[in-house]
Amino acid sequence: MEHAELYQKISERLESLAKFPQLKENKSITQLIEDHGISRRDFMKWAAGMTAMLSLPSTFTPLMAQAAELTDRLPVVWLHMAECTGCSESLLRTDAPTIDSLIFDHISLEYHETLMVACGWQAEHNLEHAIEKYKGKYILMVEGGIPAGSSEFYLTVGPHGKTGQAHAKHAAANAAAIFAIGSCSSFGGVQAAYPNPTNAQPLSKVTDKPVINVPGCPPSEKNIVGNVLHYILFGTLPALDAFNRPKWAYGIRIHDLCERRGRFDAGEFVQEFGDEGAKKGYCLYKVGCKGPYTFNNCSRERFNQHTSWPVQAGHGCIGCSEPDFWDAMGPFEEPLGDRLYQTVYGEGADKTADKVGIALLTATAVGIAAHAAIAAVKGSGSKSEE
Amino acid sequence: MSKRIVVDPITRIEGHLRVEVIVDDNNKVTEAYSSSTLWRGIETILKGRDPRDAGFFTQRICGVCTYSHYKAGIQAVENALGIKPPLNARLTRTLMNAALFLHDHPVHFYHLHGLDWVDVVSALSADPAKASKEAFKYTDNPIATGEDELKNVQRRVAEFVKKGHLGPFANAYWGHPTYKLTPEQNLIAVSHYLKALEMQRTAAQMMAIFGSKQPHPQSLTVGGVTCIMDLQSPARLGEYLTKFQEMADFVNRAYYADVVMAGLAYAGEPSVNAGLGTANLWTYKEFEVGNDSFLFDSGVMFAEDVINLVTGKPYKVHDLDESKITEEATHSWYQDDEALHPYDGKTNPKYTGFKEEQTVNGKGEMAPTKVIHEDGKYSWVKSPRYDGKPLQVGPLANIVVNYAKGNQKVQKVVNEFLAKTGLPITAVASTLGRTACRMLETKIIADNALEAFNNLVQNLKVDDSTYTSYKIDKNKVYKGRYIGNVPRGVLSHWVVIKNGVIENYQAVVPTTWNASPKDANGVRGPYEESLIGLPIADLSQPLEIVRVIHSFDPCLACAVHVMDTKGNELSSYKVDPNGASC
Repeated sequence: MEHAELYQKISERLESLAKFPQLKENKSITQLIEDHGISRRDFMKWAAGMTAMLSLPSTFTPLMAQAAELTDRLPVVWLHMAECTGCSESLLRTDAPTIDSLIFDHISLEYHETLMVACGWQAEHNLEHAIEKYKGKYILMVEGGIPAGSSEFYLTVGPHGKTGQAHAKHAAANAAAIFAIGSCSSFGGVQAAYPNPTNAQPLSKVTDKPVINVPGCPPSEKNIVGNVLHYILFGTLPALDAFNRPKWAYGIRIHDLCERRGRFDAGEFVQEFGDEGAKKGYCLYKVGCKGPYTFNNCSRERFNQHTSWPVQAGHGCIGCSEPDFWDAMGPFEEPLGDRLYQTVYGEGADKTADKVGIALLTATAVGIAAHAAIAAVKGSGSKSEE
Repeated sequence: MSKRIVVDPITRIEGHLRVEVIVDDNNKVTEAYSSSTLWRGIETILKGRDPRDAGFFTQRICGVCTYSHYKAGIQAVENALGIKPPLNARLTRTLMNAALFLHDHPVHFYHLHGLDWVDVVSALSADPAKASKEAFKYTDNPIATGEDELKNVQRRVAEFVKKGHLGPFANAYWGHPTYKLTPEQNLIAVSHYLKALEMQRTAAQMMAIFGSKQPHPQSLTVGGVTCIMDLQSPARLGEYLTKFQEMADFVNRAYYADVVMAGLAYAGEPSVNAGLGTANLWTYKEFEVGNDSFLFDSGVMFAEDVINLVTGKPYKVHDLDESKITEEATHSWYQDDEALHPYDGKTNPKYTGFKEEQTVNGKGEMAPTKVIHEDGKYSWVKSPRYDGKPLQVGPLANIVVNYAKGNQKVQKVVNEFLAKTGLPITAVASTLGRTACRMLETKIIADNALEAFNNLVQNLKVDDSTYTSYKIDKNKVYKGRYIGNVPRGVLSHWVVIKNGVIENYQAVVPTTWNASPKDANGVRGPYEESLIGLPIADLSQPLEIVRVIHSFDPCLACAVHVMDTKGNELSSYKVDPNGASC
């Protein structure tokens, strides 16, 4: 899309958003920012930074600022399917903005089974009311895989025993934008691992509307909250990769910004957990790190307010933001090619390469595989930017 | 005439839970049914996988007790392979476990269970100055209850309510007659609700220091822990210590004080000072704070032992005989009904759906509803039994059994709490007691878990091992299990390893025990039993039911699991099409 066209589109989008009924009457973001002692100049600087992060020309900066000022009009409906609530827990960890200010000051969380007070009939009413009142205007976030087809009744919710699939379809049909939060909703997740006993499906398979995938098990709070801003800006899909993941979060390979990358390049590997290499921070590739195959911003943003991330804690990445990682990335503590015996995973993906030797592999095979993966993403990702 | 009430979804829990009750003309519960409405089948998925991966899969059973199933999966495999990780690794796991409990219990009390006790709207009419003074009644050193702070909280809530757009607080049971706190007490609790949202981030960071992230930490491996570099960094140890102390401080100055406040206010409320339910209690040793020294001990007490304990008569605490654990599916959506030990269990889904019936809806009118088949199958949770009896697990069981066994640390805090509230020991055997015991368990951890930290630091001076090396022999069959006490009660994972891969995997989890449906003899599970006799003030607003159920801290994703030792073809599952609900 040409920039001029995009600019026009975003302007129209913001104009229409400005006409939404304001949910929180007496406090706009502008006021909040002033209350917190942030000057207009600082705010515009922040907007310029965000614009750059999204790879847009600087002419978009005023639009970015305008977008942030409109966040307080956003109704959000969050549904729980076949899931573990880890994604909701991750949302609770947010500190920028904090979860309380997110709920009280920014978004309007209309339905979220873990946090909402109402139960039973009252809860059902809240969901129906939100879908009706904000038809076509709310953001839908779905956590969990969806038992579908002949197994759809493996999940029912509400006094009318409505299946999870029916809830998801209905809520998706009336949403303005749809986010699949976590790897379960994005790709089916752990319950969809072989042999997928409940026929769990990703959200994108049960609705024909476009779904933005925010995978991770769970995704960091930054990747969840960051997408709200994305929606306000574009009102349509952000730039996505081949798996419909927002590029701003999933555009970089873990391996490329890994703090142990120098060790990898130097051929210094942990051979076994707890060895001398482990104490010195050697590369975790040989104990199974899937960083070379995984696209996410963990090595940059880390988790829990930048406290740590798996590689820092001495454990390899398990590839949790990649499709079907439960089957494709296992065993988690072996390099992909090192499968010693026949398991549900089948043969290793780069088994031959691994036999040639780790030195050669590090120099070539991983590089080739990575480049191939990047090329694939680049090749097919552009369609979603239209 | 009797009436039926359906509460679905029970919100503010993990997972999908439906509760149905039958009430008599006096609005008293005469029968209850607990039904899980989601099945995921994770244990089937584990079959044929690398045993070292078990913990990563089982961790995804639940993102709330995120660490429990990870640790259980890793330790079940270690038990099977005969591995004892080095002391450093075991103590690090204890520190991560402390981080879990210090996160999970306060979040349950404030954000999941709290609004069953606290009327947010009532806080608007509080006098902040009076409330600030009131806070000193429950602790000498309150937190987040200064007059200025309370005024700000009140203003914030007022602005929120004024907008008429309540979001997650909309359409709740505000003003319900069983809310017993004064406006000032409500304001204190609302301030702590917000403070706890802030503190839970700190507790999660505690976990992440050694665990890489929370939810779903990633630093345990079969044989030990991987976070050796964090353990070797004094700065990192200091971070943990500081955050631990912040959390312990919050537990003592807010959580403890608020439960004392609720205990006093709710002592006379009939819907919470009964409801012990199943009186057979089971707990298991947990929290290794020094080499083979644990904070909590194991034991089983049957109803008569519990009655004897609270009435001052001689009682017994029994050792558990693992061979007496069975599960059955008479009322669960699986084909095979007979009671079998976990190793022999079968699980083929047999979903029979709901039936149509008139029940009391949210407006108090009779309305068409899908209800369970009470005489048939009605839940994805099975019925675990011990020697044929249901067992209640959780903080109440842990505190009562350890009290009965003479655990000094437990006796001290229980006696202090009873003295402070003036409640008799029988008060423990109730809904209020379950909620109080969860807090007491947290306090004992907050006051004592640093023993593990100190022992770890001592040990690190002379020993830097964090991992025990092992080999898996493909020609051997290994069997092993983990049993331990996690935030919601006793958790056990059972694994069989053959040809180097997982042959069979089973998890019998706390909520399976507590949320179980009736067994073949018609004996109710703990949730069901605890609701019998419960008075309900307003059938259209069954807050009392929600409060009782929340006091168990349900975690349904954990409870629903599958056992399949026979390798049954999944494609052969037959589903009764007429049973489908829609």
